[in-house]
Amino acid sequence: MSELIIQTDGLKKYYILGSETVRALRGVNIEINSGEFVSIMGPSGSGKSTLMNLIGCLDTPTEGQYWLNGIQVSDLSDDDLARIRNQEIGFVFQTFNLLPRATALHNVELPLIYAGVGAKERRQRAKEKLELVKLGDRMDHRPPELSGGQRQRVAVARALINNPALLLADEPTGNLDSVTGEEMMAVLVDLNNSGQTIVLVTHEKDIAAYSKRQIHLHDGIVSKDFLHDKAGVQA
Amino acid sequence: MLIKEILRVALTAIRANVLRSFLTTLGIIIGVSAVIAMVALGEGAQRRIEEQISKMGTNVLTIRAGQRHWGGVATGETEDLTVEDAEALRDRSGGTLSISPELSSRVQLAYLRWNSNNQVRGVWPEYFGMYNLNIEHGEMFDQGHVQGRRRVAILGSAVAEELGTTGSLLVGNKIQIRGQPFEVLGVLEEKGDAGWFRPDDEVFIPTSTAQFRVFGGRRRLSSIYAQVSSTNAMDAAFADIDRILRREHKVRPGDNADFSIRNASDLIGAFTATTQTFTMLLAGIAAISLIVGGIGIMNIMLVSVTERTREIGIRKALGATKKAILFQFLIEALVLCFMGGILGVIVGVGGAEVLSRIANWDTVVVPEAVLTALGFSAGIGLFFGIWPAQRAAKLNPIDALRYE
Repeated sequence: MSELIIQTDGLKKYYILGSETVRALRGVNIEINSGEFVSIMGPSGSGKSTLMNLIGCLDTPTEGQYWLNGIQVSDLSDDDLARIRNQEIGFVFQTFNLLPRATALHNVELPLIYAGVGAKERRQRAKEKLELVKLGDRMDHRPPELSGGQRQRVAVARALINNPALLLADEPTGNLDSVTGEEMMAVLVDLNNSGQTIVLVTHEKDIAAYSKRQIHLHDGIVSKDFLHDKAGVQA
Repeated sequence: MLIKEILRVALTAIRANVLRSFLTTLGIIIGVSAVIAMVALGEGAQRRIEEQISKMGTNVLTIRAGQRHWGGVATGETEDLTVEDAEALRDRSGGTLSISPELSSRVQLAYLRWNSNNQVRGVWPEYFGMYNLNIEHGEMFDQGHVQGRRRVAILGSAVAEELGTTGSLLVGNKIQIRGQPFEVLGVLEEKGDAGWFRPDDEVFIPTSTAQFRVFGGRRRLSSIYAQVSSTNAMDAAFADIDRILRREHKVRPGDNADFSIRNASDLIGAFTATTQTFTMLLAGIAAISLIVGGIGIMNIMLVSVTERTREIGIRKALGATKKAILFQFLIEALVLCFMGGILGVIVGVGGAEVLSRIANWDTVVVPEAVLTALGFSAGIGLFFGIWPAQRAAKLNPIDALRYE
C-alpha cells in the first residue's frame, strides 16, 4: 500500500519574463503513495498550475528531481515524456479537452492509438471504460451532442484507458454546475475506492473535501500538507 | 495503426472544410492539368510533324538548284538542274538510287464545264514509289509515256471531285490541262494531308510532256528526288549524288556546289526542335503555377495548425510524440496535394481531349508527364508541408492546451 507513486525533491521552476525571473516553484518536496486521493490547493499565483504541469510531465523542472512510479522523469527527452504521459498518467481537464469531431468512443481510444494498440483491442477497451462511467449508450455521440457532465465522464474514461499509475484532475468541476460537479466527484471517489491514485488540483474547499489529503501551496512552496476527514477538517 | 489514424485525421480535416480544401488545391489542380495539357499539345504537334514527314518518305533526298558563285559572291543567278542531271544520276549511281526529276507549277484544269486550279507535277514513274502513291483506278504511266511525251495524267484522289465527277468515271476520259487534252490514265488512292505536300490535290504527268507541251520548253527542273534503298545508305548516297552532279556541272572538289541536297529528316529535326522548345516553355509556365499552388497549400496548412493548436495540445498530452504530430500535418498536406494532383490529371487529360475535339489540335497525353506531374505535386506537398508540420510538432503542450 505504501508504494510511492510521486516523489519530488527540491522541485524548482523559474520562468524568465523579459528581464525578470519568476520563481513559480521554489523547492517543492512531496511524496504521494499508491491509492491516495490528494488535493493540491492554493490561490492563483501559488504555483499549483506549474506543479500540476510538472507532475503531469507536460513540463520539465528547472531544478530538482521527480520520480513518477519509480521512473526519474525530471530529465527525460520530449519523446520519453510523451510515452510517460501516454502510459502512466490520465488527464482530466477543466475544459474537458475532447476532440469535437471525434465520437466519444474514438476520443477514449486516442491514447491507445499513440500506444500502438490494435484496432480491435482499442475498441474493446474503450467500450469497457465508457461503460464504467455509465456512457455505454452514448459511445457514438460527438462531444457537442453530450452534456457537460457526460463530456467530463468521457474525459475520465479516456484518462483511465491505459490504466495509469496516476489520475491527474485539473479543476474537473470548474465548468460544471454544482449537481453535475458532485456527480463527477462521486465518480472520482468511486475510482479511488477501487484503488486508483488521484491528484486533484482545485481552489474550491468543497471539492477538495472529497479527497483524503490536502497539500496547500503558497508562493511556490508547500505551506500545509495534511490528511482530513470527509468534511475537509484536518485529522 | 498510427498511420491509419493519421490518414483518418487528415481526411476528416479535409472533409470538415470541403470548400477551403478545394480552393487550396485549386492551384495544384490548375498546375498539374496545365502541365499535362501543354505536354500533350506539344507531343501531338510533334507526332503530327513526324507523321507528315514519314509520309513524304524519310529516305528521299531532295536536290535543288543552288546559286552560282563568282569568287565567293552569290550572283543571284540560279544554276539549272536539268533532266540530263537526273539521267546522269540514274545511270551512274549503279542502280542504288531511284531517281525522278520534277517540274511543277499551278495550272488551270478543265473537264466539261468544270474548272480547277491545281498543282501539276511533271515526274518519272519512279516518283510514285518514293512517296508510296498507289493507283486506285486505272493504271500508272510508264517510261514509254515519258519517252513519247504522251499527254497522259494521273490524278490525285480529290481532283476528280474538283472537276465535278468521280475518279472511276474519269479514267479513260480526257481533261484539259492548260487547254490541252490529256487522257486520265489513273487515279491515286487517298493519301491524306501531309503538310505542304498534298498529293490528293495534284496532277502528275510525264516530265517530258510537262517540259515540252505544258510549260513551253522549260529546261529548269524544280528539283530532283533520289530515293535511297535504305536509311543506312543515306550518307553514301549523299556522297554519290554530290560527286556525280559536281562532274556534270564541272564544279571542282572543294569549291561550293551549285546545288543543294537535303534530307527530309533534317527538316523534321528543325521542326521537332521548335516544338520541343515550345512545349518546354509552356510546361515551364505551368510548373510555376504548381509552385504557386504549393505556396497556397503552405498558407492553409499554417492556418490549419493555428486553428488546431488545441487539438495538437490534447494529442500531445495524451502521448503523441513530435514525430506523430509532424507526420499528421505533413500527411494532411500530402493528401491535399495528391488529391489536387489526381483532380489535375483528370482535368488535364479531359482538357487535352477537349482541345483536340473542339480546337481540332492534335494532343497526345504522355504517361510520363502524368506521372511526373503527380510526383511533382506530391513533392510540393512535402516541401511546402514540412514547415507548418514542424511548427505544429514544436508546439509546447501546455501553451497549446491553454490556447483559445
